Amino acid sequence: MNASSGIPALEVENLSTHFFTRQGVVKAVNEVSMRVERGQIMGLVGESGSGKSMTGYSIMGLIDAPGRVVGGRILLNGTDLRTLSPEAMRQLRGNRVAMIFQDPMMTLNPVLRVDTQMTEAILAHEKVSGDEALRRSREALATVGIPSPDERLKSYPHQFSGGMRQRVAIAIALLNRPDLIIADEPTTALDVTIQGQILAEMQRLARDTGTALIWITHDLSVIAGLADTVSVMYAGRIVESGPVDAVLDGARHPYTRGLIESVPSRNPRGTRLKQIPGFTPSLLRLPGGCHFRERCPRADEACLQDPRLTAEAHAVRCFHPHTEPVEASA
Amino acid sequence: MEETPFKRFIRDFSASKLAVLGALTLLVILFIAVFAPWISPQNPYDLAQLDVLDARLPPGEKLGNGNVALLGTDDQGRDMLAGIFYGLRISLMVGASATAVALLIGAVVGMLAAYVGGRTDGVLMRIADIQLSFPPILIALVLLAMLGQGTGKIIVALITVQWAYYARTVRGAALVERRKEYIEAARVLGLPASRIVFRHLLPNCLPPLIIIAAVQVASAITLEATLSFLGLGLPITEPSLGLLIANGFNYMLSGKYWISLFPGIALLVTIVAINLVADQLRDVLNPRLQK
Repeated sequence: MNASSGIPALEVENLSTHFFTRQGVVKAVNEVSMRVERGQIMGLVGESGSGKSMTGYSIMGLIDAPGRVVGGRILLNGTDLRTLSPEAMRQLRGNRVAMIFQDPMMTLNPVLRVDTQMTEAILAHEKVSGDEALRRSREALATVGIPSPDERLKSYPHQFSGGMRQRVAIAIALLNRPDLIIADEPTTALDVTIQGQILAEMQRLARDTGTALIWITHDLSVIAGLADTVSVMYAGRIVESGPVDAVLDGARHPYTRGLIESVPSRNPRGTRLKQIPGFTPSLLRLPGGCHFRERCPRADEACLQDPRLTAEAHAVRCFHPHTEPVEASA
Repeated sequence: MEETPFKRFIRDFSASKLAVLGALTLLVILFIAVFAPWISPQNPYDLAQLDVLDARLPPGEKLGNGNVALLGTDDQGRDMLAGIFYGLRISLMVGASATAVALLIGAVVGMLAAYVGGRTDGVLMRIADIQLSFPPILIALVLLAMLGQGTGKIIVALITVQWAYYARTVRGAALVERRKEYIEAARVLGLPASRIVFRHLLPNCLPPLIIIAAVQVASAITLEATLSFLGLGLPITEPSLGLLIANGFNYMLSGKYWISLFPGIALLVTIVAINLVADQLRDVLNPRLQK
């Protein structure tokens, strides 16, 4: 925690992003709140389609029609991003907030050299000389552990391996020393060994530079080793959030528990792997009340009502939260 | 040393002997077109150098001034060889400049449609569709009938006929490319829209454009020749290949084949050479065919 300012790097309050399609309104992000302190890493966990990526895009101000951020506040260092003009928002992107994507094979432009792509990220936001931009690019490549950065700067993306490309993407995100980096499953497409290296790298960078980091993933094991806090999303809503140890060891929401129990290594050899029955509901036809109701082993009539997210540090959106530690039920 | 993309392109291109032959032929034709004033036996546009007494001489016959007309003369007493050299010059110039401008207009319209999307996209593409639904020759004929003759006017007509092909192609390519993550990444970096469109999007849409352009140069030249043949193209004092063919058309049945035949062969060789190169370009630049 950064006590000096008291203002968190990012504070999101009741953010809602809806998509207005012909079939109806899709509430991709529904009253989501979160808080990330400087130098801290927040894991944002959920299945595909739970709205975790859309939360990231909403913060970046990159929701395209037919989608729109319809409500809430996004405070970056205390400034509400939703009140900024599109031009001011563009200036902020890549400068104060950066994003890293899942597939490093796709995020670098195949026809431009790495130095071009790195320096343009600096020059779009700052009036510095080309040499200065190049020097900083070289520095950033060295920071993320790329050997012989001078040579690499002159290369095209296709001359890099997947892990190296993701390092380049991370270096680009770091170029302007942003206050917040949103990483959208950046290690999912990589080898496990490379994944480990990059996780360690990111953790160190967040600590060293004081950058706040939102790590979007569906992989709980990644979160366990990396994050300080974790928020679990289901069907566009946060169903549980809190310090990472509290949530993973004492998951209170049945959905979080289901996610944890689906991790193969947690199950004794020879027993059937636990899984959450059913599928993520279509966001067009969400069940009334608790959205998880139809897949939940603990659901009863009370769940026909909408549960609220509790206001504790370890918050949960459930009428029948678990209270025992995770191991006991596994 | 690692293979540069350019070296790989050259290697892939040379894989077909026919394409190399086409490229070499094209180079020779380009050389002739560019240097026509210096290598041509006479200036066919300078009426003072022409003698009506030399009209319709068969190939190999001597002109009044003692020169030998290797390919014969036309009904103005023009040396056919000189006529073809200058005709190639005009045909290529018209074809290439029309293609270049049409490409530029089409690329801008197509990028705009793809990047802005929505209503802009709809309006621009419907205009292109309407245009594409008419035969090119019809549009060109109507335009030239309204505008009159002249090099500039035929270029305008060719541009009008062709821009829609490029606009459609660029839009298609750009729609695919703009969904790719590197464009999203560029937006995330906060780059200005103009930079994203012209520096990131456009270069990635170029391969299909180059292919279409190569094919379209050939069809522009053909269309120009057709229009000239029909008497709607270039003025008779500065004959392009099409007009040379038209001039000899009347004498075909009286055995004076050379006035039409040789310009026809020149046109044919040019078109075939361009198409051979274009075909190979398409194979080399098409990512789906890449091994």
